[in-house]
Amino acid sequence: MVQLEHYLAVAAALFVIGIFGIFLNRKNVIVILMSIELVLLSVNINFVAFSAYLGDLTGQVFTLFILTVAAAEAAIGLAILVCFFRNRGTIAVEDVSNMKG
Amino acid sequence: MTSSDLAIILPEIFLALYAMVALLVAVWTGKDKVASLLTWISAAVLIATALWIMLSGGETRVAFSGMFVDDQFARFAKVTLLMASGIVLLLSEGFFARRDALVFEFPVLIVLSTIGMMVMISAGDLIALYMGLELQSLSLYVLASIRRDSLRSTEAGLKYFILGALSSGLLLYGASLTYGYAGSTNFGEIFAAATDGHVGFGLLLGLTFMISGLAFKVSAVPFHMWTPDVYEGAPTPITAFFASAPKMAAMAMFARAMHDAFGNAVADWQQIVALMALLSMYLGAVAGIGQRDIKRLMAYSSISHMGFALVGLAAGTEQGVTSMLIYMAIYVTMNIGTFAFILSMEREGQHITSIDSLNMLSKKEPVKALAMLILLFSLAGVPPLVGFFGKFAVLMAALDAGLVWLAVLGAIASVISAFYYLRIVYYMYFGSDQVEQIDGTMSPIQWTVLMASAAIMVLGVINLFGVDGFAANAAASLVIN
Repeated sequence: MVQLEHYLAVAAALFVIGIFGIFLNRKNVIVILMSIELVLLSVNINFVAFSAYLGDLTGQVFTLFILTVAAAEAAIGLAILVCFFRNRGTIAVEDVSNMKG
Repeated sequence: MTSSDLAIILPEIFLALYAMVALLVAVWTGKDKVASLLTWISAAVLIATALWIMLSGGETRVAFSGMFVDDQFARFAKVTLLMASGIVLLLSEGFFARRDALVFEFPVLIVLSTIGMMVMISAGDLIALYMGLELQSLSLYVLASIRRDSLRSTEAGLKYFILGALSSGLLLYGASLTYGYAGSTNFGEIFAAATDGHVGFGLLLGLTFMISGLAFKVSAVPFHMWTPDVYEGAPTPITAFFASAPKMAAMAMFARAMHDAFGNAVADWQQIVALMALLSMYLGAVAGIGQRDIKRLMAYSSISHMGFALVGLAAGTEQGVTSMLIYMAIYVTMNIGTFAFILSMEREGQHITSIDSLNMLSKKEPVKALAMLILLFSLAGVPPLVGFFGKFAVLMAALDAGLVWLAVLGAIASVISAFYYLRIVYYMYFGSDQVEQIDGTMSPIQWTVLMASAAIMVLGVINLFGVDGFAANAAASLVIN
């Protein structure tokens, strides 16, 4: 029987993978965008699991909001990335370093 | 959904409608040709909305079964940030227009982000908080990279986007745990879930994640790393905006989340906020010393100032919230004045931001240099200027709440951070005239804002223009005893 803890464990694992994907990734900004999606999806799993466990619909409503906003966020992120690529000619993470200090 | 609910969020609805109509009109007519006009109208609309909210007054009103709260606290923060947004728009128009970089999206995005801030300040529920926060953040990501042909601007936008999205993720993870362990997303019910002054382990985890996410938005250490790069890379009017209205909004949202949702467990979050306050004050003070770029310097300055505002929040009392609100109102006023000056820094038509270019400004522009001297002294917290009273209020709140160590260390940090403000003053009055100086002139609006801000810093010492009374009422409506 799959319990609440199992869902929470999966979500926590996804969340940690997402965070590590953002910080340990040395290659490509696209991978960072994918990691951000992973983090948001782990949150959604948490919300739906809690919602089912509590018998309360608010969590699922929240999930729908997060999905919508995540889509808008990804669109804006990619748009900024395209602009950056036009100016810099590359999207390697180590090249996003014009300013330092 | 009743009409009384809608009446409560009327200012937000009005601004949202205005933003959409403005966008449509601009697209249908002259696009960037109407940008200038649109900026003036947007500024007028924002300031008019501020006056409207200021005059509306009245009791605490709750709409949409607790989703949206309109109390004195929200009104205080909203008036401050609407004024700040409006004035920054006024300042920016000339700057962008002279560089042929004024796009009609700019005023629309400022208005949209301001609506987001108003919603998140008034949020009475995690969903409303998240939606407001994202409306604000998404607009700010685009604003940071609004010069899309500039490498620095797009890089600033990219960095801000990645770290901002990460912080939203942290906040949401905290919100999901809070929802799970409190059984509701409503602040009132989360408040009730904490018994005898402490929250359970699950809720504590949620609280910690939420604080991390909120700390990103107020750029408190250790979640500050985006601030210097974004401040330096973004166009200067956008930096002026970042340093004023969103800071006020994020701080107010932080206070609301802590007091409305976790006000029963002050001891649990007090230690985290106090530590962040301490680290922010010191990092802002020490790391700013080596900076030669005034926009980067203002970034570290804002980190340090957020540390002081967090000292007020860390007190966890009504007095603490009062002092935080006073501090933020003063900080926003000083910052807008300073940025009015930074916007006018030019050499041979090129905008420059190097501190060295301010050498011997007092000889060429004695009035401007004097106004900057007052603002910088006020930023440093030198008595008897108004900036000192802000610092005094937060440190007193910390003392009265028993955080003696925090108050003492805060006072020391304020002395350290005085160094880099006073160095600019030194350059302006005793520097060498061998270096390349600024030679631009200020537009009448920039001049007026700079002088008004400096005058407030001097004249405010009499009674702070009554801001402390409003702040006390605002705090009383937020903190439940």
